[in-house]
Amino acid sequence: MARSAPIALLAAAMLAACPAVRADGLRPYVVVGDAIPVSLTGTNGDATRGRALIVERSSTCILCHSGPFPEQAFQGDLAPNLAGSGNRWSEGQLRLRLVDAAHLNPATIMPSYYRVDGLSRVGNAWRGKPILSAEQIEDIVAYLVTLRD
Amino acid sequence: MKFFACIAILAAMAGAALAAEIPQAERRSGYSFMGPDSKAMQDDDTANPGMLWVLDGEALWQRKAGTASKSCADCHNDARVSMKGIAAHYPAFDKTLGKPVDLEGRINLCRSNHQQAPPLAYESRELLALTAYVAEQSRGMPIAAGDDPGLAPFVAKGHELFTRRQGQLNLACANCHDDNWDKKLAGAPITQGQPTGYPLYRLEWQSLGSLQRRLRACITGIRAQAYDFGSPELVELELYLMSRARGMKLETPAVRP
Repeated sequence: MARSAPIALLAAAMLAACPAVRADGLRPYVVVGDAIPVSLTGTNGDATRGRALIVERSSTCILCHSGPFPEQAFQGDLAPNLAGSGNRWSEGQLRLRLVDAAHLNPATIMPSYYRVDGLSRVGNAWRGKPILSAEQIEDIVAYLVTLRD
Repeated sequence: MKFFACIAILAAMAGAALAAEIPQAERRSGYSFMGPDSKAMQDDDTANPGMLWVLDGEALWQRKAGTASKSCADCHNDARVSMKGIAAHYPAFDKTLGKPVDLEGRINLCRSNHQQAPPLAYESRELLALTAYVAEQSRGMPIAAGDDPGLAPFVAKGHELFTRRQGQLNLACANCHDDNWDKKLAGAPITQGQPTGYPLYRLEWQSLGSLQRRLRACITGIRAQAYDFGSPELVELELYLMSRARGMKLETPAVRP
């Protein structure tokens, strides 16, 4: 903990020095260890919107994950149950796992939800766009940290 | 440095562990993942909607077409004899073209070369019907595609396509159909992707459809650009999948959810 505070400060300073939008249209972020400590949007997400996004099929989360969503009959079991996410991971760890899980494990089947480079043959409708927007990522992160056993 | 070397080794091990193909003894048709109602529909020819296309195909087999005014039967006689076991060997190597040709492609080559008729459009009622009729003559026979040594490089290309990540979701066919079959994707079982019953009747489509149609739907599902009907990539994928299903029984016309 003693080491992570200055690193987070450094990350914030680096972010402040960067342009608000990168050449690929995405917001800049800094990975510190296995986390992105600072919000992609600079503000906290909305947990209620985050939950609504997760149970929406088009977000793709529950195709593979299950979780405490009794209203959703069709959930996946290819990936860990999302219950207890807030116990297992910090906000910054969850953010990196959503933004670019492949950064931590290149063999993962979890898509990188906030990445447009290093992909091949992306369909016209989706080309150059991340799966989720920075705002959507922050909303989902805000919800996942509330999932405590 | 040691830490990163460890990560690299672990990642390589994970990659190797995941890349394994399904052992012979564990291979399962999509049929085995279905509920009793869908199984019953496939098993009963009077309830299987795919048989309507087979009957259409039987009629088309006799119909003269093109400027040569020839029917399939004029050259091939009784399909129940001449076409028995043929579909189990498709896609097959075409020596003139120097590449694999699938059953739909073969029917269209026959039309242009021998009937002097225009090719039938992919997914048209007529092409599906003729393909289903020809394939139904091999129902119950073991799949034996990929034998011809000329096919080897194309099987390899198909395998490469099967394991290549693509699309916005950055997934390869193998991520689901080799590594995670029998798990649930949004509540529905992931099959092994064994192409044992094409063309088949998909309840979701309310129609018969080809393996190429199914492959295009899956590719769109991972948000990648679907290959065009008849493209070399789709034929190579078909060929790889049929060689991967070697020994499994043909079920055309199958029923799937």
